[in-house]
Amino acid sequence: MAGLAGVIGPAFGYMPALGGTEVTLAPWRALLAWPGLSGAIWLSVFSGLLATCISLGLTLLIVAAWQGTRSFTWITRALAPLLSLPHAAAAFGLAFLIAPSGWVARGLSPWATGWDRPPDLLIVNDPWGLALVAGLVVKEVPFLLLMTLAALPQADSLRSQMVARALGYGRVTGWLKAVAPRVYAQIRLPVYAVLAYSMSVVDVALILGPTRPPTLAVQILDWMTHPDLGLRFQAAAGALLQLALVMGALALWRLAEVLVARRGVAWAASGGRGVALDTALRPLGAMGALGIGLAVGLGLAGLLVWSFAGLWRFPALLPDIWTLRNWGGQSDNLRRIAAETGIIALGATFIALCLSIAALQAQNTARISGIGLIYLPLIVPQIAFLPGLATFALVLGADGTRLAVMAVHLVFVLPYVYLSLADPWRAWDARAGLAAASLGARPARVLWAVRLPMLGRAILIAAAVGFATSVAQYLPTLLIGAGRVSTVTTEAVALASSGNRRLIGVWAVVQMALPMAVFALCLAVPALLFRNRRGMQIA
Amino acid sequence: MSLRLDTLRISHQGAVMVALNLDVAAGEVLTIMGPSGCGKSTLLAALIGALPPAFTATGKVFLEGREITHLPTHARKLGILFQDDILFPHLSVAGNLGFGLPKAAPNRDAAIAQALVEAGLDGMGPRDPATLSGGQRARVGLMRTLLSAPRALLLDEPFAKLDADLRVQMREFVFSAARTRGLPVILVTHDREDARAAGGRVLGVTGTALEV
Repeated sequence: MAGLAGVIGPAFGYMPALGGTEVTLAPWRALLAWPGLSGAIWLSVFSGLLATCISLGLTLLIVAAWQGTRSFTWITRALAPLLSLPHAAAAFGLAFLIAPSGWVARGLSPWATGWDRPPDLLIVNDPWGLALVAGLVVKEVPFLLLMTLAALPQADSLRSQMVARALGYGRVTGWLKAVAPRVYAQIRLPVYAVLAYSMSVVDVALILGPTRPPTLAVQILDWMTHPDLGLRFQAAAGALLQLALVMGALALWRLAEVLVARRGVAWAASGGRGVALDTALRPLGAMGALGIGLAVGLGLAGLLVWSFAGLWRFPALLPDIWTLRNWGGQSDNLRRIAAETGIIALGATFIALCLSIAALQAQNTARISGIGLIYLPLIVPQIAFLPGLATFALVLGADGTRLAVMAVHLVFVLPYVYLSLADPWRAWDARAGLAAASLGARPARVLWAVRLPMLGRAILIAAAVGFATSVAQYLPTLLIGAGRVSTVTTEAVALASSGNRRLIGVWAVVQMALPMAVFALCLAVPALLFRNRRGMQIA
Repeated sequence: MSLRLDTLRISHQGAVMVALNLDVAAGEVLTIMGPSGCGKSTLLAALIGALPPAFTATGKVFLEGREITHLPTHARKLGILFQDDILFPHLSVAGNLGFGLPKAAPNRDAAIAQALVEAGLDGMGPRDPATLSGGQRARVGLMRTLLSAPRALLLDEPFAKLDADLRVQMREFVFSAARTRGLPVILVTHDREDARAAGGRVLGVTGTALEV
């Protein structure tokens, strides 16, 4: 909220710290005068909507075509770890894979393409933003898939699907007609978050998106960080425009939902079985899932290889010379910034866990109103309110401190930690608490000696999610850190335009390894601690 | 030593479900019988101070002459056994028993070992409760409750999920343990066999005497 207020003032020329004491429309005139504006707006809307449509469509297709089969378990197991991967690392991986000098081009050269040197093609940063869309899809499908998985039991999906199949429906058609409406109602909020995020993302757009013009969000950041402080007014106006665009797109999406629902009801009642569709759609879903897994897997492998590459001639599939020099040259810097990243992430995660547990515990006895507000940062685009927060931090003199960065990370870590802890917390058998209390345990002892240990696994997973969320934050770190606090993510993204693949490889590998290591640790600790407790294993 | 329900009434949306006015003497087993949904379990929830918010209760509860109506659950000294054993999955068998035993109890290890012997589980203290049989788990649950030194015992259909043979053994085990310690017991059940084995008065939730 404070962030939004901090944007509205400067957008109308009011910012005493920079000499803007009058309310004027000048920032808006300057914004409208920027020749790239219409292109940037179009790009943001187009890439955001397209990425959301593809992500949602592919997610529903995968579930519809494969739910209840062994392949489905396999698909979800393969895609789930991608959730902990920072967007920027996935984007770098994809960029390295599809770039003219990437493995795709190398694999096809020279036998299929005839290239003996990297072609001069604009695959990454293409003017249509298609690489950007691809980068968003590979990260959003795993997210939506996990959200859908959580919604399936409540939608009574397996039995509904069985009934539809028994009535002679094909897998995909039966699922879409019988289960999809209930599932969609449950995943609506995550879908909105994906749309808002895709339209306003900065780090992925910096790595994969077009440059002339860039998306609106990237341009706003450019103005925000420009040495000419006068451009801050224009940036604030742009941030408000971005907010309006996202709100408009959300309204449009809502309208489309109504129309699709209306047509869908008629379609569901029309009796078409769609059995033949399965032969085409089932492989399509599987290929989509496989494609994402391969793209990210190979992309990450590519990052790793580049980080150890010396001389690497085109079109050789592996470097001619392997070296540790890329790592050695960075080691001091790496150690310092990785430690900074870890401290910030641990701090934000710890506070988020304490707040979440306190809030959930308080809900045992009372309803807390306004708890939904913590989800707001997932819907409101970062670029729309972070500049305002940065201004506040500047005025308070808190910008560029580790504590301020931790605090702004908390804004994004808290909703994810709360989200992943709330369901297991509520699913806990309250009779265990009653049994403990009837044995004479006070409420505090019930919490510490019974509830928290029994939920230990869920708490550690929530912590890992929080840690990964913090590590992945680019814009908050950049704007609040004001160049004095940096994390592996800001370092890696800052290298994006340098084109130094070896250096990017090093930083991106660290960026993906940090959250993965924490995830592995958080899975290993309870597995080790409770290795002799069958009742604590995943059911 | 006795448990006294003084004009206890539990209502749901204005309708009275449970109305009881009675004493349970030390060593006596009182059975409350009725079909599911009649309010039997709600009665026990009210007695231990965990009545769901949708219900309201009036009246008083006395344990050994002391009013406990407004005490929090942990201070009531009422032991309860549910249909499931609710052993804590993160603790060993001995850990579960230790959870029940008051911290200040002398010779804790000896008391736990003694309880294991009494339950026929000698030497099984370090075991994972999930690896025990249903009957063994039920006995651990009972011993855990008894170790907490309750002054009365509440049984919420604790035999319903056991096999027929086991059920007979477990009834005998629970009732004799309660008698030896002189505990007043309230058993709620829908199973006539339970009521017969208890051998005491059998009432409905509104206090009418039932024949079994």
